[in-house]
Amino acid sequence: MSRHMRSALLLLGLFALPALAMDDEPRFSAGWGFDQRSGPALYAAICAGCHMPDGRGARGAAAYPALAGNARLAATPYLLRMILKGGKAMPAFGSVLDDGQVGAVAGEVLRRFGPPGQSAVAITNDEVAAMRAAIQQEQRSQAP
Amino acid sequence: MVGRMSRQTRPSTSRRAWLQQLGRVAGSGAVYAALTQLGLVQASPARADFGLGRAPKGARVLVLGAGLAGLVSAYELQRAGYQVQLLEYQARPGGRCWTLRGGDHYTELGGASQHCEFAPGEYFNPGPWRIPYHHHGVLGYCKRLGVALQPFIQVNHNAYVHGQQAFGGKPQRWRELQADFQGQVSELLAKVVQQHQLDEALGSEDQARLLEALRSHGALDAQGRYRAGEIAAERRGFGPQPGGGVSAAPPHDQPLGLHDVLASGLAGRLDLGSGFEYQMPLFQPVGGMDAIARALAKAVGPRIRYRARVTEIQQDERGVTAQYEDLARPGTPLSVSADWCICTLPLSVLSQVEMRISPALRAAIDAVSYFAAVKVGLQFGRRFWEEDEGIYGGISSTDLAIRTIGYPSHHFHARKGVLLGAYAFGANAYEFSALTPAERVREALRLGAQIHPQYPAEFEHGMAVAWHRHPATLGCFAWWTQAARERHYAQLLRMDGRLILAGEHASLLPAWQEGAVLSAQHAVTQLHAKASA
Repeated sequence: MSRHMRSALLLLGLFALPALAMDDEPRFSAGWGFDQRSGPALYAAICAGCHMPDGRGARGAAAYPALAGNARLAATPYLLRMILKGGKAMPAFGSVLDDGQVGAVAGEVLRRFGPPGQSAVAITNDEVAAMRAAIQQEQRSQAP
Repeated sequence: MVGRMSRQTRPSTSRRAWLQQLGRVAGSGAVYAALTQLGLVQASPARADFGLGRAPKGARVLVLGAGLAGLVSAYELQRAGYQVQLLEYQARPGGRCWTLRGGDHYTELGGASQHCEFAPGEYFNPGPWRIPYHHHGVLGYCKRLGVALQPFIQVNHNAYVHGQQAFGGKPQRWRELQADFQGQVSELLAKVVQQHQLDEALGSEDQARLLEALRSHGALDAQGRYRAGEIAAERRGFGPQPGGGVSAAPPHDQPLGLHDVLASGLAGRLDLGSGFEYQMPLFQPVGGMDAIARALAKAVGPRIRYRARVTEIQQDERGVTAQYEDLARPGTPLSVSADWCICTLPLSVLSQVEMRISPALRAAIDAVSYFAAVKVGLQFGRRFWEEDEGIYGGISSTDLAIRTIGYPSHHFHARKGVLLGAYAFGANAYEFSALTPAERVREALRLGAQIHPQYPAEFEHGMAVAWHRHPATLGCFAWWTQAARERHYAQLLRMDGRLILAGEHASLLPAWQEGAVLSAQHAVTQLHAKASA
């Protein structure tokens, strides 16, 4: 590699540093809700914290389940329910994501980690809204 | 780029506005929990003379977890004469009552390791860092065990309030903003009184009293105006400061007008010390928060088995048995039995532990997820905040993702110092958690430099703790929703056979050490009553 090329790459690297992989997506949101829109950016902002960037999960005193190879991802409703309502240690994200964002991040999880048949499934806003309504209905009927 | 522009033109969000927004999107439970965190709850009912009666002869108690709840439980049970055994996942006592110093290693979930290179005497509390004067439980154990305390400076009039869109991004001194807001609002109210617009609401004597009070409240002049001059300068400060010699007659800075204060969006962010949990004085243990954990662990003695991962809790009418794994020899199941059990493992962990308990307690354990928070400690080679900016302790607040810069309340005028360079919560905490520790430190530096441009030149070393990546807790604190409180809280506190839970999650003071202490006192009291029956 020529010195010229190396310094060009170095420059490129330096310029690339402050920028993000997903160019128009913010690294940090302004308020309680998330500002990212695309599936990859939302995965990187939310899921990667616990399930890890590569979806392998983690184990300490208890575990964050791996998404990679997770058989439960075969059921899209299960995935939507977990994102919206949470369960056990998994926080609910229904109040900090709109329907489009929920569909985008769920689609990203399926694309990367879902079973082969699921990987190209697009999740519509209607599907997300229907799951929201179903969860709300359950919560109303459970109220003390 | 469109997304970025629209983000930048969004008005800065105050904490109060955040709470209102949170109420709309997440319900009143989230607001309750946030208010609790921000400190709008009752004084602690802890009693200084707390103690149990005499234990039944030979009674044994297994305590799971050696955080503050487990340590206080063990301490009180031992004082009463119980035989106590503790199991702790980590290699140290204290749980979230934790201090990082030079030489410490910390490996988070996912495997990223950090080696702390802080200078001797420097430290960073990644968990709790302050103790309100009315947290009588924590203060009581500090007093009894000789844990030295020093003031924790919550409100520093000379620290900053910063908004990216406010005043061109220039940080404002809390003192000036606070004086100007209070002065301008007082002038406005005085005007309304003088224009007889409050004649129906207030009698003439009260109006006169109100005008008099507003003059001192808002630093108004004799005509009820908030104006540049000696009176206002006594509040907002002088520019330049009055001194001896020829500079003894300084010009007075022009206060900000009411419109400028309101348009900045910062007026709602002046409540740093208003909440009950944040009113001065607050305290911190000398040398780091873990002084409390170490004092309790010393008092408890050698009955703590470290690096023990609890995998299963069984019980019947005769006793309780916990299965666990020694992390030094994984794969070999071990067990320990006792007559009773106090379980202080976080709910985030407990929801994955097999337990023989009632379905109602299981449902309560499974109903609570954990709040996300991230803290970054930054060591600088020079205390520029003291030397250049006259900031001794206290907190600057910002709408940047770091949210908070906390200045050390100790070792003033020392050469180096460790700042709390970020205390992120909500969405920002998830975003910080997903970064590597090195990236978190880099982002805290990049953002914090907008407030302190000295950062890049003076930075030496950083440590970043994302609580959802913490191997022992998998989260920061129990994030109760109002619905979950109503449905499950009472059940969570109830003795279930021979077992009872304790910890900040089993209290009305989530996130505070006081919650852990009070819940431990509650748990040992319930246990003792049943064991003595």
